Amino acid sequence: MAVDTRRKTTNTIALGLSIVATVVGLFFLAAILVTLVVQGFSALSPRLLTENTPPPNVDGGGLLNAIFGSVAMTLIAIVVATPVGILAGTYLTEYARGSKVAEVAKFINDVLLSAPSIIIGLFVYTILVMPFGHFSAWSGAAALGLIALPVINRTTQDMLGLVPNALREAAAALGTPRWKTMTHVIYRAARAGILTGVLLAVARITGETAPLLFTALNNQFFSADLGGPMANLPYVIYQFATSADPNWQRIAWGAALLITLTILAINIIARALAGGKQQS
Amino acid sequence: MAVTTGETFDSSDGASGNQARRVVVQDRIFYYLTLASAVFVVVMLIGVMVSLVVGAWPALEKFGPSFIWTQRWSPVKEIFGALSPIYGTIITSVIAMIIGIPVSFGIAIFLTEICPDAIRRPIGVAIELLAGIPSIIYGLWGFFYLAPFMAAHIQGVWKFSLFGWNFALSLGGIPLIGGLFANSASGLNLFTAAVILAIMVLPFITSITRDVFQTVPTLLRESAYGMGMTTWEVVRHIVIPYCRVGLVGGIMLGLGRALGETMAVTFVIGNSHAISASLFAPATTISATIANEFSEATTGVYTSSLILLGLVLSIITFAVLGLAKWLLVRGDIK
Repeated sequence: MAVDTRRKTTNTIALGLSIVATVVGLFFLAAILVTLVVQGFSALSPRLLTENTPPPNVDGGGLLNAIFGSVAMTLIAIVVATPVGILAGTYLTEYARGSKVAEVAKFINDVLLSAPSIIIGLFVYTILVMPFGHFSAWSGAAALGLIALPVINRTTQDMLGLVPNALREAAAALGTPRWKTMTHVIYRAARAGILTGVLLAVARITGETAPLLFTALNNQFFSADLGGPMANLPYVIYQFATSADPNWQRIAWGAALLITLTILAINIIARALAGGKQQS
Repeated sequence: MAVTTGETFDSSDGASGNQARRVVVQDRIFYYLTLASAVFVVVMLIGVMVSLVVGAWPALEKFGPSFIWTQRWSPVKEIFGALSPIYGTIITSVIAMIIGIPVSFGIAIFLTEICPDAIRRPIGVAIELLAGIPSIIYGLWGFFYLAPFMAAHIQGVWKFSLFGWNFALSLGGIPLIGGLFANSASGLNLFTAAVILAIMVLPFITSITRDVFQTVPTLLRESAYGMGMTTWEVVRHIVIPYCRVGLVGGIMLGLGRALGETMAVTFVIGNSHAISASLFAPATTISATIANEFSEATTGVYTSSLILLGLVLSIITFAVLGLAKWLLVRGDIK
């Protein structure tokens, strides 16, 4: 009996601790979200979306130039990274399936996938900023694209792996050329999954800050010149939050809320897409 | 093979030879496009390493391997040593892991073993969504909330009266290890950075741990319960041993993330090239140093030293990540 009591006590204590861990963990994460929402909402106003970032110690101002810059660089990055990522994933799953080379390439992609983004930023700095002698939105987009690429590559691999072989065989039996099999049969079958991957990549690069520090830098004014420095939300958060100007800090919270809501929305859409696919 | 497909594709127009050749060409083009894309990814990783070595070369030439164990960081005299950023990177990550791992495991155990079905999915989804929140948000919160809190309530002196006696306690007053917690006025320090990192890797390690726990066959788990084991004993003696390799892989993945984390740390670590015995002293990490000082680096050697720091960081993280992947593949988690 004594042994049983001790076992039961140990069990209760251990499970109690795991519940405590859950409560503590969720508490901190909830605390972050709540402060973000409270601080962010008080900063939200139409001006936030229609005016450019203000100079220090001036009232008002918004994030128009930063939002434009973030959207522009993210779009360019995704438009370039998506086809390359999908094609690379196609090669690794369809043409080189099971070969040693493919295994190594997949491994390298996974390393690149989890590489610190600041390293990617330094890399792009050395190849696109140093030679030209100035920061540019192009290099910012390149850095973001390089971060998105392995994400898309990896999801494509996973999703193509789920497409049943019978589809490939059926297409081949009809005499379909291989590239048509890919583009018209396999990609269609895996469409929802691949789109999920692209969305996750967008979510990932939307909040990336470190690589933009050495590439796109920042711009206090509205600029559509991709050859020069361009404002972007993450840099604005970094610069404005660490300043002593309360107006700048307020705008930083607004920007933080905008980014987080965008990322949460994209993640939820991606999840719904993937979930719908799995159930059907 | 492609030739025959060409014939069947459209043989009625009488130009089947042409058609066949076109299909072969198209097939080749598509194949080379995919190959080029796959090669591009590999070339990028090689490019990252090569460009870092080239960019770091002036510093590497000037300081040699002693860069690693030199503490002095003097932009004015152009003497740079990586010891304090390396120290800060490792210590913050290790403390973050010490805090984060037990909590993550606790949450994962809760989710897989105890949690009622009704709230299992919501909590699981919430944790996965939190893993997607960018690190700058964690940094922002740490800067405005955690750091002031640490300065006011954790690092300070707690004064209270009990039965007419006045007590003044502080973590720094603990015998023997008090030096670790020597008081400091600012909340921007090594320990705050470690706590932020711990909170940040929490959702990440939790979701991997949970996935790994779920690979345990139901049969094993039910047999153990059938033998009369308590829930904790099942976790301790069946689940954890079964997924040991995968768990270590998940932890390493989290560690890799903590080591390379930039923004969350840069906000709160205080950015000082000093190695202090106290955890409550300002410090710096490799990524924080790069992020902070890159725009100030005006001389070639300065920039080059920062790139060399980046090279050191990438070697450390790639080694950790490679090991993590290898363990996870061995543990059959993909």
